[in-house]
Amino acid sequence: MRLINDLKLKVWRQDGPDAAGHFESHTVEKVSDEASFLEMLDQLNERLILENKEAIVFDHDCREGICGTCSLMINGQAHGPQRGSTTCQLHMRTFKSGDEIVIEPWRAKAFPIIKDLMVDRSSFDRIVEAGGFITAPTGGAPDANLILVPKPVADAAMDSAACIGCGACVAACPNGAASLFTGAKISHLNVLPQGQAERYKRVEAMVHAMDDQFGSCTNHGECSSACPKEISLDVIALMNSDFRKSKSKNRKALSRS
Amino acid sequence: MNTILNAKIPSGALHEKWDNYKADAKLVNPNNKRKFKVIVVGTGLAGASAAATLAELGYQVDAFTFHDSARRAHSIAAQGGINAAKNYQGDGDSINRLFVDTIKGGDFRSRESNVHRLAQVSVDIIDQMVAQGVPFAREYGGMLDNRSFGGAQVSRTFYARGQTGQQLLLGAYQQLSRQIGLGGVRLFNRTELVDVVVVDGRCSGIVVRDLLTGEITSHAAHAVVMATGGYGNVYFLSTNAMNSNVTASWRAHRRGAMFANPCFTQIHPTCIPQSDESQSKLTLMSESLRNDGRVWVPKNADDVRPADQIPESERDYYLERLYPSYGNLAARDVSSRAAKRLVDKGHGVGPLKNGVNLDFSAAIARLGRDVVQERYGNLFQMYERIAGEDPYSTPMRIYPATHYTMGGLWVDYELATTIPGLYAAGEANFSDHGANRLGASALMQGLSDGYFVLPYTISNELAPLLNKTIPTTDHPAFVQAEAEAHERFSGYLNVKGTRSPDWFHRELGKIIWDYCGMERTQQGLEKALSELPALYGEFQKDLRVTGTGESVNQTLEKAGRVDDFFQLGMLMCRDALDREESCGAHFRSEYQTDEGEALRNDQDFCHVSAYNSTGDPMNPDLVEEPLVFETAQLATRSYK
Ligand SMILES: Cc1cc2nc3c(=O)[nH]c(=O)nc-3n(C[C@H](O)[C@H](O)[C@H](O)COP(=O)(O)OP(=O)(O)OC[C@H]3O[C@@H](n4cnc5c(N)ncnc54)[C@H](O)[C@@H]3O)c2cc1C
Ligand code: SF4
Ligand code: FES
Repeated sequence: MRLINDLKLKVWRQDGPDAAGHFESHTVEKVSDEASFLEMLDQLNERLILENKEAIVFDHDCREGICGTCSLMINGQAHGPQRGSTTCQLHMRTFKSGDEIVIEPWRAKAFPIIKDLMVDRSSFDRIVEAGGFITAPTGGAPDANLILVPKPVADAAMDSAACIGCGACVAACPNGAASLFTGAKISHLNVLPQGQAERYKRVEAMVHAMDDQFGSCTNHGECSSACPKEISLDVIALMNSDFRKSKSKNRKALSRS
Repeated sequence: MNTILNAKIPSGALHEKWDNYKADAKLVNPNNKRKFKVIVVGTGLAGASAAATLAELGYQVDAFTFHDSARRAHSIAAQGGINAAKNYQGDGDSINRLFVDTIKGGDFRSRESNVHRLAQVSVDIIDQMVAQGVPFAREYGGMLDNRSFGGAQVSRTFYARGQTGQQLLLGAYQQLSRQIGLGGVRLFNRTELVDVVVVDGRCSGIVVRDLLTGEITSHAAHAVVMATGGYGNVYFLSTNAMNSNVTASWRAHRRGAMFANPCFTQIHPTCIPQSDESQSKLTLMSESLRNDGRVWVPKNADDVRPADQIPESERDYYLERLYPSYGNLAARDVSSRAAKRLVDKGHGVGPLKNGVNLDFSAAIARLGRDVVQERYGNLFQMYERIAGEDPYSTPMRIYPATHYTMGGLWVDYELATTIPGLYAAGEANFSDHGANRLGASALMQGLSDGYFVLPYTISNELAPLLNKTIPTTDHPAFVQAEAEAHERFSGYLNVKGTRSPDWFHRELGKIIWDYCGMERTQQGLEKALSELPALYGEFQKDLRVTGTGESVNQTLEKAGRVDDFFQLGMLMCRDALDREESCGAHFRSEYQTDEGEALRNDQDFCHVSAYNSTGDPMNPDLVEEPLVFETAQLATRSYK
């Protein structure tokens, strides 16, 4: 174990959604290189409490890269400098004594700041509520092996389904667009045989819910590089192509019924 | 106070009970369902599946979670898989075999009727989740793939890479989202239950705190479901998500719901060992790794050579040696204790000598790196991130850690607690796993409870309430509970002592881990029971919570949770002291065979220990529910 000293943190503090925010400076000493980045913040918070100050608010839960709760722009990068991982998976061995670290919340219109580093990402839930599901009420499902799913299809669905809903893609996007997130959910469901019945209805509803809340995509590709699950830009292509088709397919489906 | 427990087990042969129950259950006419309000607290697997299904049936559902989204519950972290008696592999599985494995895995401390029902509905869960779009692993022919898990000799575990919990939870979350979109469910996110309200002996609703504004409000309903997860974080360090806590169950307990088998807590054999004092949580490495990894330590305790320089003849593959028929797949408690004993004797590996090896070199040689990567790629990557070592070339280091709690709110066959109108589902109840849970069975149980059990049993409860008025939130009981909640939270802010909630949590965790962890003794438990009240007294006098109660204050949230963990910790130690036998994960050193295996005492302890709250967790009121084994043979568990 190695100790890291003299870490100069600049942390965004903001009392509430409508308050003006500011950067606060802290120097952190004696952090083990085995510690995670969030454990370093825990350590700072413990100290703040001892100094009778309010602890820095930040979202986190699983601390193993799967729940999507943690966020943070670290030195301007969503989830920090380590590719393909979340803030909670970042370890202090990535830093050295004397480093300056700027810590900010996700910055996006659709993710209003709640307090300090915590933001409101419920706009993602609205997209899923609009159509990010397969209608299959409990009870009536056929035997699970009745519909065969070719392995490459199941694998492709899983690649997209791996999205953890963290919002890094939106935070990294100069336009604050949510195409990677939305495309990932659409690609998960739209490639599976079980998802075909609602395929075009789904894409239309979800894209509209997305457009209502988020900026528009101009193919920068920053989202995919920031994504901790390395969701591929292909999901956006599939979303766009299905969306275009939905314009005619949905009309046809309706006129037949 | 309850003095007799009636589990309400339906009549008939074991395999007919659930059908008999459903045939007799009262139903609510579809048009009348909307007249009933059901509150579901928790949106993990158990809560999301229950809320979605109840709303599909037509009930008005209000769902509560302290998370920012229903997609984030702790269930998301489950890695390995979910069991079901589908027998798709044709390897001899059946509902009866899953039932027997679960009873035996739980060391004969669970209720036959509940476990059998679980095995029965397990098959429906897989059908439902596939229809929902869960991308389970497939064979090249397109059929579902299975793997095997500890405590079973068949391959009945369904999985989605190493992210099974995530995919199942997203399935249930999507179904719940659909209902939210349709208006069937109202979701209250970032809202924490802080009390349960009982009027004339019935649960009438809950009191919650808005975590963003600190506002305390009441919600009334015809029935309330607690699907609030387990209490493993009482140990401070565990594999549970940081925010998992016991508050919901504990507050229900204080209002009259009995708490069962609190000392039955599971220590998982394969976690990444602690690296230093600042550590905030431990990370699980899925047990599925034991399918292909071989567990060993150096035969010589002083051997500090790197793993690849220790010749085969100087390695002790102790699980294969001690338990030849199950080998590396011996049940969790058995494997955990074996690791602890070797580490205690100095055979541990790693810089702190606090782990054992989990070695994949044989599997890589036999199957090739690609196959191993396909099966465990993301787990290997996760390990590398945390430990800074590459498991393809160096064995993983693992050590047991707290993982799951079998104990929880006592429930009967209908999953009803001892407060009428209040139900408990998923890890929050004590029902199906006895003294030890088998791998891949918690996801199964949560979804079974939420999808296939509660919707029937709640209808049975609600039918007679049609058109009867229920207490509203201006009832004095609600007003009183709100006032108490205000007092509680302002109380924490007003102590103005010198130590943070986390400090107390860490100290509490050390006591519980040392004396009520993997091995327990009378002496140790008595020591814990003398230290805990003292530390709790300090907590009440010397706590410091900065900030206010009017905006997000995670320190304040933590204070409330630690308070409840303290009280639970006392009850756990009481229960562990009282149970003078070793069974499953509860290992009392005084009760072991010459070979060091658990020595059960069926004469005196073949029962569920359920506790009434007396207000003083040091002196709870114990009521026993005798367990009767009519189908499974009450036998000594052996994985040899
Ligand atoms: C790392 C890990 C891996 C695992 N792997 C497996 C596996 O492979 N297979 C398997 O079968 N099991 C596994 N388990 C166990 C399994 O994941 C859990 O037992 C199960 O998911 C619990 O589900 P639940 O719905 O009961 O509770 P949770 O998922 O814990 O959900 C609890 C819910 O309650 C809410 N809540 C809690 N308290 C309150 C409150 N006071 N107010 C409002 N809301 C509240 C939370 O917000 C959350 O929504 C694993 C567990 C861990 C820790
Ligand atoms: S697509 Fe990637 S970055 Fe965007 S929410 Fe999903 S996991 Fe996060
Ligand atoms: S805290 Fe769960 S992904 Fe980071």
